[in-house]
Amino acid sequence: MLASISRRAILGIYAVIIIVPLTVVGFGSFKSTQELFAGPFSLPQSLSPANYAEVIGGQDLGSSFWNSVIVTAVSVPVTLFLASLAGYAISRLKGFMAWAIFGFLVLGMAIPAQANMVPLYVLFGRLGLLDSLTGLILANVVSTLPIAVFILGGFMRTLPKELYEASSIDGTGPWRTYVSIALPLSAPSVAAAAIFLFVIHWNELLYPLLFIQSPGNRTLPLALLSFQGEFQTNYPLLFAGVILASLPVVVAYVFLQRYFVAGITAGASKG
Amino acid sequence: MSTPTGTAAQRKAPHSPTRTDTAKARRRSPTRVNPALYLFPLPAVAIIAFFLVMPTLQAFQYAITDWNGFSAAFNYVGLDNFVRAFTKDSLFTNALTNNLKFVLMVVIAQTAFSLILALLLTKNSRGSILLRALFFFPTILSSVSVAFIWKFIYDPNFGLANAVLGGVGLEALQGSYLGNNAQALYWVAVTQVWFHAGQMMVVYIAGLQAIPRELYEAAEMDGAGRWQQFKSITWPFVAPATSIVVAYTTVQSFKAFDLILGIAGNPPKQSLDILSTRIYSTFANSEFGYAAAQSIIFMAMIALVTWLQRRLLRLTPKGE
Repeated sequence: MLASISRRAILGIYAVIIIVPLTVVGFGSFKSTQELFAGPFSLPQSLSPANYAEVIGGQDLGSSFWNSVIVTAVSVPVTLFLASLAGYAISRLKGFMAWAIFGFLVLGMAIPAQANMVPLYVLFGRLGLLDSLTGLILANVVSTLPIAVFILGGFMRTLPKELYEASSIDGTGPWRTYVSIALPLSAPSVAAAAIFLFVIHWNELLYPLLFIQSPGNRTLPLALLSFQGEFQTNYPLLFAGVILASLPVVVAYVFLQRYFVAGITAGASKG
Repeated sequence: MSTPTGTAAQRKAPHSPTRTDTAKARRRSPTRVNPALYLFPLPAVAIIAFFLVMPTLQAFQYAITDWNGFSAAFNYVGLDNFVRAFTKDSLFTNALTNNLKFVLMVVIAQTAFSLILALLLTKNSRGSILLRALFFFPTILSSVSVAFIWKFIYDPNFGLANAVLGGVGLEALQGSYLGNNAQALYWVAVTQVWFHAGQMMVVYIAGLQAIPRELYEAAEMDGAGRWQQFKSITWPFVAPATSIVVAYTTVQSFKAFDLILGIAGNPPKQSLDILSTRIYSTFANSEFGYAAAQSIIFMAMIALVTWLQRRLLRLTPKGE
């Protein structure tokens, strides 16, 4: 009895600690600063999109939204493609070579992004990749490729070898086998990895901060960060920015909740 | 990370392939490895070599220079940068201390709290599933968003925390949170736990659900109390999950860069400066050589702490 009361109390309090701030942010994004400070918990007096309009119009948050969309929409599939190619080869190659390739690719998981930011910045400078979305995409791909190989390669190794053998008896080359057998069968782990990468790439801050100079090339998290610098305590504006930055991930989470948990947990337990 | 290497090595270890083995393998799989297969990992290998491994090696080279990032001249200064970091740079040692404190706080709090949440939500009832989804939710937000939300909660004048405390008549407990240098790091640790406890809870739930129910039934028949059941069944069984949670939380909190920058501004004040933000400030200050040296210390730090944990966590009883 006592146990069940304290169980409910703990869960209830924590649920409140999660729901209340999010609700306040949601309501607050429609309020004026005075209205927010007068009653943070109250419903907004009107659903005027003024803050949203100001955020999108005044701070090129609109263009940074599209930059984020482009960077994420390219980074995720490219990472998945390269990782699944490598994972497929590793699952079919034997002995030392498979082990060496896997080891080499996965070793990168031990290198934190901050550790090589100086040389990467210099290298990008030489290649003309600074202040460009291409550079961001490349940095995203490089930083997440190791863990993607780990997740996909780990899964592909569990696929039955007989399937590959059957198809090679039929005379199909490795490319066809990859496209028509390995990839479709790995769909669950590809989906999990895709969601994991989506969250990471969409929210990435360090690389934009390092590489992007012109406001027009900012991605959302970077735009939000500089936004905060300029509008120290204009919380309603910040909240509108927070909502805009979170919306795609939140909408996807509502519909694909189970896959999100599976995907992000795969990243956690394998990282 | 060493797991795949480990298993591959173990799998190979028992017997080295003899000629008959190879012959057998060849007979079993009618086709030899198609050489075209070596082309498949090539793009990934090339990209990782050129954009990850090479820069990392280069970091070691930059670290022994006083390069400012622009001049053509590289002056090799030996280990001066490392000596400077530990003996002459109070900003760096301050960031190092902050970082270790932060990691320790978050690891202890997050491991304990995510285990408690998991224990309370193991059963697959509708309510549990709903709460799990809710508790996991913050994980998908961007660190900058989470930082702003909590900046508002902690705001001394208009913030939610003080509003709630004032509302229930606990004005005495109202604080300035991030404004208080002695406490600021604790409050960011709270934010970090809010951000990621749900994610670790899911890892624990997976571990808990693998425990056979009969063990608890048997223990109950033997008259074991709840605490005893936890100590002798649950805890040993979730030891592997604990090592995952602790290891992941450590690395995650070492790299709390985004959260700190979002909540404290760029650059953060000293009481909230951690290694990654310090490296970034040094870099932004055009001290490339010194920043590279700091990043190597940072990398070594993570490796050392991870290794220490592996050793220490091996002491926890395994479910046998």
